[in-house]
Amino acid sequence: MAPLEIAGRTFASRLIVGTGKYPSPEIMLDAIRASGADMVTVAVRRVDIENPDRDDILRTLSPDEFSLLPNTAACYSAEEAIRAARLGRAAGMSDWVKLEVIGDPDTLLPHTEELIEATRVLVAEGFVVLPYTNDDLITALRLEEAGAAAVMPLASPIGSGLGLLNPLNIRIIKSRLSVPVIVDAGVGTASDACATMEQGVDGILMNTAIAAAEDPVEMARAMRLAVEAGRRAYLAGRMPRREWAVASSPLEGVPPPA
Amino acid sequence: MEIMQIQVNGRERDVPAGTSIATLLRDLGLDGRMLVVELNRRIVRPPEIESVQLEAGDRVELVHFVGGG
Repeated sequence: MAPLEIAGRTFASRLIVGTGKYPSPEIMLDAIRASGADMVTVAVRRVDIENPDRDDILRTLSPDEFSLLPNTAACYSAEEAIRAARLGRAAGMSDWVKLEVIGDPDTLLPHTEELIEATRVLVAEGFVVLPYTNDDLITALRLEEAGAAAVMPLASPIGSGLGLLNPLNIRIIKSRLSVPVIVDAGVGTASDACATMEQGVDGILMNTAIAAAEDPVEMARAMRLAVEAGRRAYLAGRMPRREWAVASSPLEGVPPPA
Repeated sequence: MEIMQIQVNGRERDVPAGTSIATLLRDLGLDGRMLVVELNRRIVRPPEIESVQLEAGDRVELVHFVGGG
């Protein structure tokens, strides 16, 4: 199976995972290893001056083992997201950014206008921009035009676990874009991941589905297998759907009844 | 010793006048840590941390990576 390629870099896994909301740093590390992901997302936040070790993700994750992809989560304008992206880059890990510009706190749906603007600015500054967006073709095309290295439409709202709500839109986006399409957000369990990959997308980014599972490490294993199964099924090409049964065994040669 | 007030991660803090960013980080026990310094919304690159002196009213942000999706 060909590896995932984004902006000239190849990744052995088509699964990218988040690092938020785990019960403990140890479970997070075990789960990420079990997921097989090479790239993990991180957020940029203020250091707790009284307790600087608290929440410091680099105490658990080594940048030698995983590529860290800083996000711009909780930003509500292009200006805030650009600032967060620059802070993430200044930390010296990479020029890559998972760009989020949120438009509404209850749905966490993207503010597409600001997202496209932020993409344009950051691409001009040399960033490799991976924007989180909705499952809308026109926005996806505009993000690609703005220089996004991949486009990341949602399956359903962030943290909802509702699975792939509009497979048709995801297929349309995939069929029209030249850059990789990574479905980001909404996957709830392994069957969601498999069905999403069966649409032909290049990869999936998920966090809560693993972190909030009763057993995150086991769910991470399931997700790894589901992403691979979905990809293989897509490449294999599914059989056509039929309304009526078609027998699998020959109709001739059945011994006659006594 | 003259004292001035600055803001560090949103909280007021009194420091001696002429304190550099490097001194502030040492006083906070944060020197040598992987973090990014922003002074009045401008990122301070590591080579400048020793030389840049703080002024009264400066707003310093110290950020690092935490878990996120």
